Parts: sequence; structure tokens; C-alpha cells
Amino acid sequence: MSRDAIFRRIRTALGRATPEGADAEALERRLAEHPANTIPCRALLPHDQQVALFAEMARAVNATVVEVDSLDDVPEAVAGYLAGENLPSRLTVAPDPLLDAVPWEKRPLLEITRGKAEGSTEAGVTSAFAGVAETGTLMAASGPEHPTTLNFLPDSHIVVLPHDRVVGTYEDGWRKLRGDSRDGRFMPRVVNFITGPSRTGDIEQKIQLGAHGPRRLHIILVRDAARNRPL
Amino acid sequence: MHQSSQSFKQNAHAALRDATLQRALHNVKVGFIDKRRIAAEKLPEFERLRDEARDIKDHALANLDFYLERFEQQVLAQGGHVHWCETAEEARNTVLAICRSVGAKTVTKGKSMVTEEIGLNAFLEANGMIPVETDLGEYIIQLRNEPPSHIIAPAIHVVQEQISDAFYEHHKQFPPDRPLAEPRQLLDEARAVLRERFLAADVGITGANFLIAETGSTVIVTNEGNGDLTQTLPKIHIVVVGVEKVVPTLEDATTLLRVLARSATGQEFSAYTTFSTGPRRPGDPDGPEQFHVVLVDNGRLDMLASQFREALRCIRCGACMNHCPVYAAVGGHAYGWVYPGPIGSIWTPALTGIENARHLPNASTFCGRCESVCPVRIPLPKLLRNWRNVEFERRLAPAAARYGLAGWAFFARRPRLYRVAAGIGNRVLRLLAGRRGRLSRLPFAGGWTSVRDMPAPEGGTFHSQWARRSREGRK
Repeated sequence: MSRDAIFRRIRTALGRATPEGADAEALERRLAEHPANTIPCRALLPHDQQVALFAEMARAVNATVVEVDSLDDVPEAVAGYLAGENLPSRLTVAPDPLLDAVPWEKRPLLEITRGKAEGSTEAGVTSAFAGVAETGTLMAASGPEHPTTLNFLPDSHIVVLPHDRVVGTYEDGWRKLRGDSRDGRFMPRVVNFITGPSRTGDIEQKIQLGAHGPRRLHIILVRDAARNRPL
Repeated sequence: MHQSSQSFKQNAHAALRDATLQRALHNVKVGFIDKRRIAAEKLPEFERLRDEARDIKDHALANLDFYLERFEQQVLAQGGHVHWCETAEEARNTVLAICRSVGAKTVTKGKSMVTEEIGLNAFLEANGMIPVETDLGEYIIQLRNEPPSHIIAPAIHVVQEQISDAFYEHHKQFPPDRPLAEPRQLLDEARAVLRERFLAADVGITGANFLIAETGSTVIVTNEGNGDLTQTLPKIHIVVVGVEKVVPTLEDATTLLRVLARSATGQEFSAYTTFSTGPRRPGDPDGPEQFHVVLVDNGRLDMLASQFREALRCIRCGACMNHCPVYAAVGGHAYGWVYPGPIGSIWTPALTGIENARHLPNASTFCGRCESVCPVRIPLPKLLRNWRNVEFERRLAPAAARYGLAGWAFFARRPRLYRVAAGIGNRVLRLLAGRRGRLSRLPFAGGWTSVRDMPAPEGGTFHSQWARRSREGRK
């Protein structure tokens, strides 16, 4: 069987049998402790500066970024963005509890569908699991409330990101996702790191946005997403 | 894939005369090199990260059995499947069987060098399926029916007019008089055509940049988002990947990712980095129902056992070819197989046999730029030299070269004789050169003198000059 043959070849190449005893323990410990390597100092900052760095880095890779005070301001921010880009006001919004708390009815002209994206979806709205300041990267974790297709099929991807989800480094993102897990079984089906809109350099190395994924990535940072909606 | 590495010399001559290719290759020189330098300078920790990246890969390779076994366990625990393949043929058949199990017709593909290596597209086509490359560069060369010429920019040898020509020829569904003169028009057309293929696909095949032992995840890195549409929309996601790609933890992969994009395109991070772990979960609104990982050996484990093990650290960034003066002059196709440039000149002989690729390790000036930019610090010149030794030992080099080297070695081991012979040679060359001081023809070196003159030696041999300077230095 090929599996056995492959393992035999590896052990022959390495000139040893299966790791046992102290060797195996050291390897197990390395996995269990998953030590971080060098972490760039660039994002080791107070949280408000991490948010500023996140926005700066995201803009540097052609995302657009705005800040609003609370989830109440999101419908206006979304409607304003679509109008400004001359885009239709049809949206597919992820079935995400954070986005349930957005008072979409404040902008009745927005035509909203909830769920995953279809091939015809023009604009999608999602949240993200985290924003990584280091490179202005969004970290999306798939799940029942977080369809992956919304990150890739629509022409325009709008992301609502509360300030308190911004972290400094990728390692911070992993720590948040890993929680207390000890068995390595904490990963959702997909984790997408998204840094700017889709792009390609395959035509004579000239960078074009919107290759197969979104042509536009718009990030709405929310200063205080926990603030209650006024009645 | 058809291999023409043995015709490297003819390929290279043809490439140098190809004006269109030379125009396209100019883009390598102006694009990648500056961007990588700027990205590296913007990250003060970059050199330390390269050391760590090297150490992570060395550690993973030194414990490859342990980490592959853990990776397999975790994939199975998450509901995925793992297939072990020793040869290209076994890998092709494994992929075909998975495709057939769902009666697949359209198979979309994310960019993957290992599927080029195993010749997957031609095989799937011969078996009645329609493989569709979805990376724009790969799509262009699929239409043009040619192999990639670069590991991250597969169509870098193609200029814009050639892309327009290919689209006019193959996209008959559009009006023949439509404008395709701008990159934007080409991209929009490719986007529209491929969007339909994404939605129609039964199976999506990607490669993987890394495998994570800790979690059983596979990782892809793209800029277009094609890899994600490829793996998200169909019923089945197949990951075809070399066994050397496993790393221990998410933290280790993170360190490698920090050097990968910067070394490749000079980006801080590629647009999309995706960690996939098993098939669709209960309640998930999208994602593939089946997740298969096809692990391929195909000669890699022979490298693990050999003096070329360090080349298995490669994370496929392409920096070595971007910085190689030989690659910049002749392009990727001249190398005659899947992996071009300095790293290809090490991998190709290892995977296909040095007897089928003996020119490649010689297609280097040993200038060392490849090693100086490699994010995992592969000692490429040393490994190329190792192949030259193998070539010499197995008597694959031409007789003249072997006897010449053997003759030189005879003298080199006898310093006195060497000095006398060098002194005679020195004088003879000067005599032959006469007043011009140059030689337009030399016996046994016609290849060198056919395009330039050999300057006659001046001022004695190196040894005699060295001795004189040492004496003067002591005074």
C-alpha cells in the first residue's frame, strides 16, 4: 500500500524509526504549545493605534474604510457608499447576529436579502471574525452565520467591523479562534484572510482590481457596536 | 508533461532571438525585483523571519513522518479524506476516481504546480472531463495550449496582443469586433467566461502552499480569489499537494506566510490566504460536501534522502527566478519542464533524472542572487554544484569537458607542475595574441570566442603576481 511505502521511505531517508519516547514527547509538546516565532513589532501598539494602523494598511491595498459611531449608523453608511459608487441598492446580508442588530429599516430603499451569495449577487455585507492591523487584513471564519460565498461572489464586499474586533497580529487572531482548545479541532471549515479586493498582475504585470473576487472592498469600522439602539 | 530540458541550449538560443518573448521578459526585470526589495525593507524583522522560516521547514522535514501522520489524523477527524500517492500516475488515477464518483464533467482548477507536474489536465481531458484553469495566467496558457513559464506568473512570457488573439479565437460567444485592446477589457471578459465555469463545476481542484499538522488544514494563497471560488462552489474539493508541504502549527505557517508574499510579489500579504479544514459542517450554508487531500511523493522522498534535501524547503515564491540573470534572458520555457529557474534546475533533475536535464545545473553563472533572496535560504548555487558533480561522476558531461576537467585536476593537485604549465600557457597565449593583445579563436573554446575575443594574459600568472605582491607587502 502506498501509505506504508511512503512512511517506510521517509524513515529510511531520515535514517531512523518512528519517533518514540522523549523525541515523540518533544514533538507533541511543540504542537500543544504551538510557540509563536518572531512577531513584527509594527503592530505591537495600544488598541486605538492598532485600529488606525488597520485602516491605513487596508487603504494601502485599495480597500476603502470609513468609521461610524454605532451599528445604528451602518444603514446610512452602506446606502451612501452604494450611491457614491453608483451601484444598485440590492444587498445580500449574512445571517449574522451582529448584522441582525443593524436597523436596516432606517434606509427602506435598500433591498435586502439574507443568506449566502448566488452568482448574481451584486453586493454582499458581512462582518469579520477579526481585523488584523499588521497588514490591514480581515479574518473571516465560516459557519452557519458566515457564508463563505459572500466573501468572493459579489462585485462589492462590504464588511462591518466593530473596533473591538481589531487585533494587532495574525497570532492574536489565532489565539482568539483557538480559545481553550487543546486538540487542534477548533478550526471552522474555512478561515479566509482577506487583504484588499481581488487583483491580478497576469496581463503584463499590470495590476488590475477585481479579477474573480470582489472588485471593491469597503470596510465600515464601528466604534461602539455594543451601544444599544435608541427606541 | 512533455520534457525538453535536454534541448536547453537550442531552447535558449531560440528564446534570445524571440523579440516578443524578450519584450515580455522585460516585465520580470521591472516588476518583481524592486517590489520585493521595498517590501523587505519595510519589515525590519524580515531577515530574522527568513532564518526562522528555514528552521521551521528543516524541522518539519526532519520529522516528516510524525507531522504527516498527525495531519492525516486531523483531516480524518474533520470528515475529510487522505490519499497517498507514490507516483504521478497514481495521483492522476486517484483524482480521476474521485471525479468519476460524482459523474463530474466540468472540473475547475486553482493554480497548482504539482498538477502541472503530474500532467493532470491532459489526463482528465483524455478521460472525458473538461478541466478549466481559473487563475487568469493559467487560463491564458491553457487557451494557448502551452505550459507555465513561471511558478507564480505562469503567463509572464505572453504580451497583451497575444492574449487578445487567444480570446478572439476561443471566446466565439462574443461579437468578433469587440474591443480587447485594454487589460481591463481582457480581464472583464475572462471574469465573465470563468464565472460561468465556477458555477457549473462539479469538482474543484487546488494545490496547497502549506499543510498544518496541528489542525489538518490546507492553505492556499492567491490574489484573484479564483482558488476560493474553485474550492467553495462545487460538491467536491480536491487538494493535490506534495508531501513536503507540511508544517507543524498555525504559528509556523504564519511565519512562512510573512516571508512568502513579500518574496514573491512584494506584497505585504496576498489578497487571499485561505485555511481549509474538512468539508461543509452541519448548518453551513455553503462549501464542498467532500474534502479530499491527495498527497504526492513523485520523487520528493528521494530528495529527502539525498544531498538535495534543502531544496524541499522551497515555498514556491519564485524569487530565485525573478532575480536570475539566466531566467531573465531566456524565460521559463527554455528550461523544458514544469519548474524553471534556479530552483527548477535543482528539482527537475531530481524528479525526472539528471540524464534528462543535465544542462540545467549548468545554466547558472553562480552569481548567487537566488540564494541571497530565497526566503527559506536554500543554498541554490551549492545544490547546482552538487548536480554538476553528479553529472561528472556519472560521465554525463561531454567527453571534452570531462577530459578537460580531469586534466585540470591533474595539474591542480601538483602545484609545482601547475605553476610551470600556467607560466608556459601564459607566454604562449601572449605570443599568439601578438600586438593586438587579443585572441579571436582558441582551441577547445570556440563557443566562448565565437561571440567575443579572449584578451591575452598580462603581467604573469596569478601565482607569480600574488608572490610578487606578498614580497612587496612585506617590505
